[in-house]
Amino acid sequence: MKGMAQLLHEHPFFAGMQEKHLDFIAGCGENHIYNTGEYIARENEPADHFFLIRDGQVAVECFVPNYGALCLQTLHNGDIFGWSWLFPPYMWTFDARAEDEVHAIRLDGKCLREKCEADPAMGYELMKRFARIVTQRLRATRMQLMDVYSLQWPPLDRGQ
Amino acid sequence: MIPTLFRIDERNDEFEGTFTLRLCAPTGNRPAAFSPGQFNMLYAFGTGEVPISMSGSLDDDDAYVHTIRCQGLATRTIERLNKGDVIGVRGPFGRGWPLDTIAGKEVLIIAGGLGLAPLRPVIYQLLNGHHGARRVRLFYGARRPRELLYYREFERWADAIDITVTVDHADHVDRAWKGRVGVITEPLEAARISSAGTIAFLCGPEVMMRFCIHTLLKKGLPESAIYLSMERNMKCATGLCGHCQWGPNFVCKDGPVFCYGSVRSWFNLRAL
Amino acid sequence: MQKFLLQADDLDVLIQVIAREGHRLIGPTLRDGAIVYDDIHSVSDLPRDWTDDQEKGRYRLRKRGDGAYFGYAAGPHSWKQFLQLPRRPVWRAERDANGVQIIAIEEMAPRLAFMGVRSCELHAIAIQDRVFLEGPFRNDDYDKRRQPLLLIAVNCTAPAATCFCTSMNTGPEVTLPADLTMTEVMDGDAHYFLIDAGTGRGEHILKQLPLTPAQARQQALAQKSIQHAAEQMEQGPRSFDSSDVKDLLYRNYESPEWELVADRCLSCANCTMACPTCFCSTVEDTTDLTGENAERWERWDSCFTADFSYITGGAVRADTRSRYRQWMTHKLATWHDQFDSSGCVGCGRCIAWCPVGIDLTEELLRIREMENQ
Repeated sequence: MKGMAQLLHEHPFFAGMQEKHLDFIAGCGENHIYNTGEYIARENEPADHFFLIRDGQVAVECFVPNYGALCLQTLHNGDIFGWSWLFPPYMWTFDARAEDEVHAIRLDGKCLREKCEADPAMGYELMKRFARIVTQRLRATRMQLMDVYSLQWPPLDRGQ
Repeated sequence: MIPTLFRIDERNDEFEGTFTLRLCAPTGNRPAAFSPGQFNMLYAFGTGEVPISMSGSLDDDDAYVHTIRCQGLATRTIERLNKGDVIGVRGPFGRGWPLDTIAGKEVLIIAGGLGLAPLRPVIYQLLNGHHGARRVRLFYGARRPRELLYYREFERWADAIDITVTVDHADHVDRAWKGRVGVITEPLEAARISSAGTIAFLCGPEVMMRFCIHTLLKKGLPESAIYLSMERNMKCATGLCGHCQWGPNFVCKDGPVFCYGSVRSWFNLRAL
Repeated sequence: MQKFLLQADDLDVLIQVIAREGHRLIGPTLRDGAIVYDDIHSVSDLPRDWTDDQEKGRYRLRKRGDGAYFGYAAGPHSWKQFLQLPRRPVWRAERDANGVQIIAIEEMAPRLAFMGVRSCELHAIAIQDRVFLEGPFRNDDYDKRRQPLLLIAVNCTAPAATCFCTSMNTGPEVTLPADLTMTEVMDGDAHYFLIDAGTGRGEHILKQLPLTPAQARQQALAQKSIQHAAEQMEQGPRSFDSSDVKDLLYRNYESPEWELVADRCLSCANCTMACPTCFCSTVEDTTDLTGENAERWERWDSCFTADFSYITGGAVRADTRSRYRQWMTHKLATWHDQFDSSGCVGCGRCIAWCPVGIDLTEELLRIREMENQ
């Protein structure tokens, strides 16, 4: 059985992070297994955690009244989920659901928030990592928006 | 150069608006051999010709297999054809994938949407153990689950190839979809790719290829190890009509497959 | 140095000999206020005593007053229309109970002779030869028209203001092989041609002409008039050093000048139609009303049209900026990589026949200036 600090160390999200910071963060983390179909987060509920996915697939969803859950993106081994714990009002903006058995490290956001405030150097290190994830997701979302495999592209030269 | 008449021997609808034809030379002659990545000009009676790459196996040497998407007059006319109907064929044309350079290497096949069609002959070759690749990975992105090309074959391919499939969108029609949702660059980004001894073949919409190339370069893959298949307006297919010019290249005879290292400056120019 | 002399009064003998050899002779003639290329049956079809004043977007004929037969510069036509036809049937297809048949349409190619081909035009023909005959695929229709072609070149002694062959190293003196090469000389009351054969076919024709040996003085006069033409162009405003033009354009795909020229360019395609080397073509597929008979025709096309760069969903070059850039950069830069020479021979047709007076040499100059700014 690997220790929490070791598990974090191996996760790409924390690559290159200082030992002492990792040791601290490890203190805020616990292993957790979600069963297929179980919600990891629900829209508008308090966002007290973030998750490092070690195994399994997580669907980021939005509930549409006359349709049901619409999957916007799936996350996998090596991905992280959740940054709502960083920003007030600390509420989830989407649902996250385990699509199969998901092994995750659940990190206590409240504990990390307080530590980040107290230790700006660590806070900055963590924030840089989140910023990178957010930009990656934004890029992916923009590509999704482009719908590149669609045929429905209006020609550039029409109506000129 | 006039088209040779081929007979439609088999027709499969892949999904709405996209279908695959197997074309046999009517006299029972063997059609000219092709290399994966090459294309034919298909002539629909009276409406024009379209360049379509071969998507079948080299071992099926009695026929050409083409996967076609309905998008213009000629492809719509072809779409109305059935088994037994006749179609004009000129080809094969162009330069295909550099299969003679992959021995001992890991091959990344990165396809988007219909871009899997010109790569399927490569996949068949590799499944049959030809060309001596060390390992093969397929990254395939499609618009939505019901528009995944050749999906029924994936299970068989998975014996020899690591397959990652992702769709941009999964809506109510595809409720049963349990796979990845998100763009193709995401799994590519997450994959461990060794910068040495890897070769990447890309085919898909130009934007998709651009972003994938960006990801590959970030991972240290040299430009010389990235190959892509370009789409331009091929009309004569013989380098004589001028339509498919792309910088100094004629896509029909110098391509459609190019090494990114040799075309980078053209690839990054807009409206070229 | 040309060895023989043909009196201008005997020019018709040459025309008749060529016809007798079984050629359809094409040469300069006057039509619609321009000197164009068409069938020549006798010396009276030639534009004797006419010349042209040319400038940006301007072409006017005027009398020379000296009776010269070849005293004009490049007109709206080029020879390419006889070798790569502006429009031709390629095949026809029939559909009946027995199936479909596709039948190639093979037209008989006339045995052509071109008279009055300038050095720049010989270069243009050589450039099209490389395009159509030396690639992995040949243009058979071009080939069958080109093979029997008899070339009667005439050294240029009357360049227009739009000419810049000296900058492109394509003239004015004929240096490429031709069956016959002539220089027209007006020497006081004397009017004659120096003439020489470059091939066996040319020799064969020469033997049938009333020739006298050329004297050194006559040869010197011929040289002098060619030299004078060269000097005229070298001293003109359109003279430039073309040795680095490929690199210049490769460096300047994003020059602001493309935007500026696009503001004036109408995308009308005149330059590509007038250009003696532009070779782009397209095909048209049609059926008759029964839908049982289809035809394919090939016709000239231009990179200035919207459809030219069409791929799934739309045109790659959707605006005039990208189309003008494609045309000019192809002509002067990418052509080198494709066919080992420039695609421009400096004939100036694109300058004279541009309805808004866009001047390729001026555009080059501006791109160079903007790069240095």
